Amino acid sequence: MNVLYFAWMRERIGRASDEVNPTGLNTARDLVEHLKTQGQEYEMAFEKMTSVRVAIDQEMSTLDSSIAGAQEVAFFPPVTGG
Amino acid sequence: MGGATSNSFSVSVQTKDFDIAAETKVLTASNTQIGAVASFIGLVRGSRETVRSLELEHYPGMTERSLEAILFEAKERWPLDGARIVHRVGALAPGDQIVLVLTASRNREASLEATAFIMDYLKTRAPFWKKEDGPEGSTWVDARESDDAAADRWDP
Repeated sequence: MNVLYFAWMRERIGRASDEVNPTGLNTARDLVEHLKTQGQEYEMAFEKMTSVRVAIDQEMSTLDSSIAGAQEVAFFPPVTGG
Repeated sequence: MGGATSNSFSVSVQTKDFDIAAETKVLTASNTQIGAVASFIGLVRGSRETVRSLELEHYPGMTERSLEAILFEAKERWPLDGARIVHRVGALAPGDQIVLVLTASRNREASLEATAFIMDYLKTRAPFWKKEDGPEGSTWVDARESDDAAADRWDP
């Protein structure tokens, strides 16, 4: 499963994407908890979860959404376009 | 053709500038049933002292999909003959055009309301992020709660 990061989350983590083995991960929140064990930079990026949005296969989702079978999960701050 | 063909509804995410006159011409060509075109142009706000430049990041793929979904939803809610969103990405300077929304309909109510709706949804649902470069260095722009409230007013 490809995991993408955007804006300040990408900067804090120091990379734009990771390849993650989804075995044992059911929801986007499970994925966050898994990533937080991968280093301090991830803990920093996911420090304030109210500022984290998630898209599963390019559809806006919630942290409790299932990631079963997902190809791509993206984490990013609230959007500021327009 | 009657009008609402699929290519009357289109989005573009691009680095280059846009021309509202040229875009309007394309939108209304070959459909004389259109009686109203409403538009919105967003500009990069800021003075040379505070915001020197702006970098717009987006999520390629999802950006286009989400803008298309917003147009589809607008089309479901109002009798539109066509609509167009152009959103720029990359480096921009104060005063630059950043976003264009055009909607076409038989009568003005539909196009005026749909334009406001599209902008409100774009602000809260399309994956773009602004980073401002000013005298203190560069900072990511915070999302505004007022934008959420503006989008919520369209909830059924």
